[in-house]
Amino acid sequence: MSSHLNVHAIRAIYRFEMARTWRTLMQSIISPVISTSLYFVVFGGAIGSRIPEIDNISYGAFIVPGLIMLSLLTQSISNASFGIYFPKFTGTIYELLSAPVSYIEIVLSYVGAAATKSIILGLIILATASLFVPLRIAHPLWMVLFLVLTAVTFSLVGFIIGIWADNFEKLQVVPLLIITPLTFLGGSFYSINMLPEFWQKVSLFNPVVYLISGFRWSFYDVSDVSIGISLSVTVLFMSASLAVVAWIFRTGYKLKR
Amino acid sequence: MSANSVIISVSKLFKTYASGFEALKDINLDIRRGEIFALLGPNGAGKTTLISTICGIVNPSEGQITVDGHDIVRDYRAARTVIGLVPQELTTDAFETVWNTVSFSRGLFGKPANPAHIEKTLKDLSLWEKRDSKIIALSGGMKRRLMIAKALSHEPQVLFLDEPTAGVDVTLRRDMWALVRALRATGVTVILTTHYIEEAEEMADRIGVINKGQIILVEDKAELMRKLGKKQMTLQLEQPMQAVPAGFDHYQLSLAQNGNELVYTYDASEKVEIADLLKALNDAGIRFKDLHTTQSSLEDIFVSLVEGKQ
Repeated sequence: MSSHLNVHAIRAIYRFEMARTWRTLMQSIISPVISTSLYFVVFGGAIGSRIPEIDNISYGAFIVPGLIMLSLLTQSISNASFGIYFPKFTGTIYELLSAPVSYIEIVLSYVGAAATKSIILGLIILATASLFVPLRIAHPLWMVLFLVLTAVTFSLVGFIIGIWADNFEKLQVVPLLIITPLTFLGGSFYSINMLPEFWQKVSLFNPVVYLISGFRWSFYDVSDVSIGISLSVTVLFMSASLAVVAWIFRTGYKLKR
Repeated sequence: MSANSVIISVSKLFKTYASGFEALKDINLDIRRGEIFALLGPNGAGKTTLISTICGIVNPSEGQITVDGHDIVRDYRAARTVIGLVPQELTTDAFETVWNTVSFSRGLFGKPANPAHIEKTLKDLSLWEKRDSKIIALSGGMKRRLMIAKALSHEPQVLFLDEPTAGVDVTLRRDMWALVRALRATGVTVILTTHYIEEAEEMADRIGVINKGQIILVEDKAELMRKLGKKQMTLQLEQPMQAVPAGFDHYQLSLAQNGNELVYTYDASEKVEIADLLKALNDAGIRFKDLHTTQSSLEDIFVSLVEGKQ
């Protein structure tokens, strides 16, 4: 068994995590959909109608990729961090640590489940958006690729936060103080070309800019940075997250005494 | 002892926490296949750390542990597959159902779904009627049994019970003991930690005593009782005495109950001449109306061992 994946364990954890999603349907799926719909009503409908088109795209349609990314990022982090933090909080982590499960299997199952939930959510928001604004997807495969890469990458980030956090406050602090500002300043609601030159350069240090730009390109064929750079930065960010997760498991950081 | 008869081997195990606290110091211990082994020790002695290290929850600082011949670090999958752990705390997923949580545990330990085994386990633990109930709705005793069901879900060869009857009522405690014996009858090795001496006395084949991170004794229970157990014979006197009579110095005699009882203390293992003592008392004109003997409990032995090492 040592050389083979513990498929039964991966399936068990994945199912357990997905079952939690369905048990907490309101919190997991419905609330983000409602809040995103409100964004469309306010920014797409009420305010958006008074804002000129950006790159020949109506403002309501322009913000769709950014809004999906906003939800994808926050929900990936929230799902994954809660998924691994809660067993630590309740003490049920003992079972995971004493089970014949490799670190790769733990990550695959927890991150896989968190990313699945986020992707489902992203697709639901996309469907919801189509009710408010006319949508077209120029590169559907690229759209799916960015959706999956972003969901996995930020689920990894959430997993790291969930292991690092030793109270509920810490669980919230990174998403609130770092991820949300980066997402808002990453071009969710505007093109960074609309910023003064100095702030455009500052924005290039924000990794979320590349995610949103790449994702928006897959919809409308327009982007703030080239698609190649967007993809490279996304993969680089995912690799860095994977490296941190590997280090956590190698050292047992915050998991084993 | 042949290698095959040892299911867990702990060799030169040390555990020092990041704080510098030495929780385990040079632990050497072999657990025999199929036995019930009780690990006794006061709070903070290192019982849970030892169990947690064997199960992979705590990283050892030094030393080697094998389970069923598999090194717990190099071959952790094979080692952990044969272990079931019931922790001391009732840690469960409150909103999960009984059936789902036990099935989850089986999958986690790499076993394919086996509804028949889960059903048998739940029935054995009187949880079958509660299979669709959420854990939050179970009583404390039921939750305790559920923890055992989870640990047994993957058919382990070794079961660790960390303080299994802490805070449970007498009826449930006796049910637990019966369950442990039934498991042993099927070949499962049971290692339990407890500070209820009566539990170890009632169930264990062998007893290990741990104190301040060191194993200070491992012995067959019967042999331990024989070696370290004190016996006392109490004579209820017809006439109270003021002092132990002269001429009996070579007997360990004392008075109790305001001189109404004469107590003779002796080692259970040594040959004693009770008849000689009774005859000598009779010759000295000391009459008694009744007598009874008592043997010191494991608790007395444990206390004397732990205090002796302090």
